[in-house]
Amino acid sequence: MHGLYNFVRGPLAWVAFILFIGGSLYRLISMYKLARKKDVFVFEYTTLYFALRSILHWIIPFGNINSRNRPIFTIVTFAFHICLLAVPIFLLAHIILWDESFNINWWSLPDGVADIMALIVVAGCGYFLWRRLTQPEAKFVTSAGDYVILAIVAAPFITGFLAYHQWLGYKFWLILHILSGEIWLAAIPFTRLSHMLFFPLNRAYIGSEFGAVRHVRDY
Amino acid sequence: MAEPAKRIEDAGLDEGAAKLTPEKIEKVINGVLAAEGGARLKVYVDTCVHCGLCSDACHYYLSHDKDPTYSPVGKVKQTLWPILKNKGRVSPEFIKKASEIASTECNLCRRCVHYCPMGVDIAYLMVMVRRICHRLGVTPLYIQDTAHSHSATMNQMWVKEDEWIDSLQWQEDEARDEIPTLRIPLEKEGADVMYSIIGPEPKFRAQLIYQAAVIMDLAGVDWTMPASTGWDNSDMCMFTGEFEMMGRLKRDHFEAAQRLKVKKIVMGECGHAYRSVYDVGNRWLGWKWPPVPVIHAAQFFYELLRDGKIKVAKKFDEVVTIQDPCNIVRGMGLHEKVRYVVKAFCKDVVEMEPNRDHNFCCCAGGGVINCGPPWKMKRMHGNRVKAEQLAATGVKTVISPCHNCHGGIEDIIHHYKLGMHLKFLGDIIYDCMEKPGAV
Repeated sequence: MHGLYNFVRGPLAWVAFILFIGGSLYRLISMYKLARKKDVFVFEYTTLYFALRSILHWIIPFGNINSRNRPIFTIVTFAFHICLLAVPIFLLAHIILWDESFNINWWSLPDGVADIMALIVVAGCGYFLWRRLTQPEAKFVTSAGDYVILAIVAAPFITGFLAYHQWLGYKFWLILHILSGEIWLAAIPFTRLSHMLFFPLNRAYIGSEFGAVRHVRDY
Repeated sequence: MAEPAKRIEDAGLDEGAAKLTPEKIEKVINGVLAAEGGARLKVYVDTCVHCGLCSDACHYYLSHDKDPTYSPVGKVKQTLWPILKNKGRVSPEFIKKASEIASTECNLCRRCVHYCPMGVDIAYLMVMVRRICHRLGVTPLYIQDTAHSHSATMNQMWVKEDEWIDSLQWQEDEARDEIPTLRIPLEKEGADVMYSIIGPEPKFRAQLIYQAAVIMDLAGVDWTMPASTGWDNSDMCMFTGEFEMMGRLKRDHFEAAQRLKVKKIVMGECGHAYRSVYDVGNRWLGWKWPPVPVIHAAQFFYELLRDGKIKVAKKFDEVVTIQDPCNIVRGMGLHEKVRYVVKAFCKDVVEMEPNRDHNFCCCAGGGVINCGPPWKMKRMHGNRVKAEQLAATGVKTVISPCHNCHGGIEDIIHHYKLGMHLKFLGDIIYDCMEKPGAV
């Protein structure tokens, strides 16, 4: 098991980060080139002001009509996304790894807080799963891939939580945790999780279409 | 209200689909996707997280008791996703259904853009479906007929040149009974304003030309209308996906203005034409902005009133509500200017909820009403929410500066027995403005 641990902690981690960073750059650059070739006006109409106006209205809770109409969804999705991003970056155990490997470190979340935040992510996944299973507007457009993505996102948090609390085989959960985290990272550029990359770009463009061309809100 | 279960016959769809083979479908789809499916298509489809949050934006979805097959993303799921997933290997029957959904169950009103966290422009995706169906020859018959009219006559209603000029002279004659010095200046080179309208105005709403002439004349506008093609700013080809023809139409329209050396084009009270001229057709032709400045009648009337060129003689003695046309609110943000004019001329306004740029579409726009009588009940069942909105205002008069809104709301008022009627801004202004020189 120790060999396996070294493998996921070492070479596989490199593979995951290379896939995540390289894959993201590849997606962004190839999309940029395609847009330059076929959607030139994306660049013509996009302005910084309206790009920021749009992005801000959609990353501030209740900044747009839909989030005001669906308060529960809004609270869940914001809590989910904030925790989803903050926990992996600011978890003390992760920062120690960065420190050991590269001698870099930064501010960390208290472990108790990170623990709760991990549970919020898992609960958020549960909520999204419930929506997909029961709410007709989501159920109708849900395919197998959407469940797989939910599982990919939930897995590192579930296994991380179990590993941290050291119930039933710390090493086992730790290896699973690292592995699932690596799958998550590598999946970002190549699945719907790429909305992380394209959300700001999409918003910048459509926000400018609505703001600079059509003189109206997009929120 | 339940959808009628019987299949709707439409020769454009039925006979068009009957001529298709799987090989042709695959070839055409992949041709369109290779040539025109750019980064936007890819990003929109790849980043849609299938959350369904766009649903609440759509009047079809809400009017069908939240049936998810009518949600914006639901319509993409039933059309574009299988086309892309199967790389164009879909059946003629599928194409027929896709054309029906894209042409008769979506008004391209872009309300869902306000609801999508990812900023996916679903109207664009539906236009892409229509484009594919057009290239496959599977477009609803009535709207295809208007597209043919555009190709043959450069106007939407098969109006011939002599009929066009005759209609203008007829309205000029009529108007001279009221204002003896009035002219409808034809082909006046160097005028400030070229006034362009849609084909249905000379065809069956000729009084609107009369009213516009009176307003222009009394406001002292130096204006003209073209005597040859280019007078019709409408564009059904934009909605069928026949972009090549859309380009010809818009070029003809702009070139008429350039030939007349006018400073700007003022368009009549039509929403879709504004979208075509200001937002879509110009881009197809490679112009970032229209080569001749273009303003919609609502903005023009606002400017005339603001600058004191027209004056209010009396208030329209009724409380009114406003139907915001998607293409000039979500398309140009003119909602406050419309209200400025309406409030100046009318006693009071009761707003529909929601309103302004969050309005619900009339369900006629996006070429849906132009798909003709076979599909009328889809519009009626698809916009129950509009009927409820209208009824809740408790007023009798609806003002809307858009031909499509008029057609659509008129039908809804009749179907749901609301006992209301519609007016254009021009109707109200003509009725209530000061008319020095009138006899």
